[in-house]
Amino acid sequence: MLVRVVAAITLCLLFWLAARRLSVVPGRGQGVAEMALSFVRVNIAQEILGDRAHKYVPMLTTIFFAVLAFNLTGVIPMLNIAGTSLIGIPILLALWVFVMYIGAGIKAHHGVGGFLKTNLFPPGVPWFLYILITPIEILQVFLFRPATLAIRLTANMIAGHLLLVLCFGATHFFFFEATGALKAIGFLSLAAGFAFTLFEMLVAALQAYIFALLAAVYIDLSTSKEH
Amino acid sequence: MVETTILAAVEGNVATIGYGLATLGPGIGLGILIGKTVEGIARQPEVAGQLRTTMFIGVAFVEVLALLGLIAGFLF
Repeated sequence: MLVRVVAAITLCLLFWLAARRLSVVPGRGQGVAEMALSFVRVNIAQEILGDRAHKYVPMLTTIFFAVLAFNLTGVIPMLNIAGTSLIGIPILLALWVFVMYIGAGIKAHHGVGGFLKTNLFPPGVPWFLYILITPIEILQVFLFRPATLAIRLTANMIAGHLLLVLCFGATHFFFFEATGALKAIGFLSLAAGFAFTLFEMLVAALQAYIFALLAAVYIDLSTSKEH
Repeated sequence: MVETTILAAVEGNVATIGYGLATLGPGIGLGILIGKTVEGIARQPEVAGQLRTTMFIGVAFVEVLALLGLIAGFLF
């Protein structure tokens, strides 16, 4: 709980510092912030959504940086647990995405009926296949998409945390309780612990990217005319 | 009634074996997925960005299967 507060305050502080003195010719801090923001805008929003992107850029940016900040607390010493490794925050973010893509779909297809028709009955399919396809699509749109968003993020963070605990727990065991030559293995597991810490930083960034990317993909799927 | 004899038995936490099995399928899937993307990029380097984005979407779908195995291990 405290970890999340710390992460949220840090994130706000960083962006406040970056946005405090904006200038046309960006300094170092502003340059980094602009690079990160334009990564989300260009490589996630515009890549997937094309010219419909501008409406969803603020949401995708918030999601990307929130997930990144909460993920990175997992590898920061003294915090040591990712804010997203409890299911609460991922569920909240996934529900936000869920409401957004349903709402955007209803708006794009002028009403609930049009939205359901294009999403649950994809055109160009023989009618008897709808008996199979429509239940699957209902599950997809209303259950699997938000559920897998939340589960993917949480399970990744739990797995990463377990991996680090295993490495450093093994190191502790080999150094203090094992005897003789076994002590030497401790160096190996300690090195593995540091390697996996680096790996976790990669995973944290990757998961933030994937979460925002899939949010964009889901919005694109529910708003595109031809499905 | 036929008398049954136990030839082999597994004891302890069977769920751990289950998770090991659950990583196999997604592992193969990721291998094919990423390998094909590399192949595509090698054939046509100018669409690398687009291929990479599509690959990450696919990776996300495959990866969640492995993670469901992890979650199932905690639940049951």
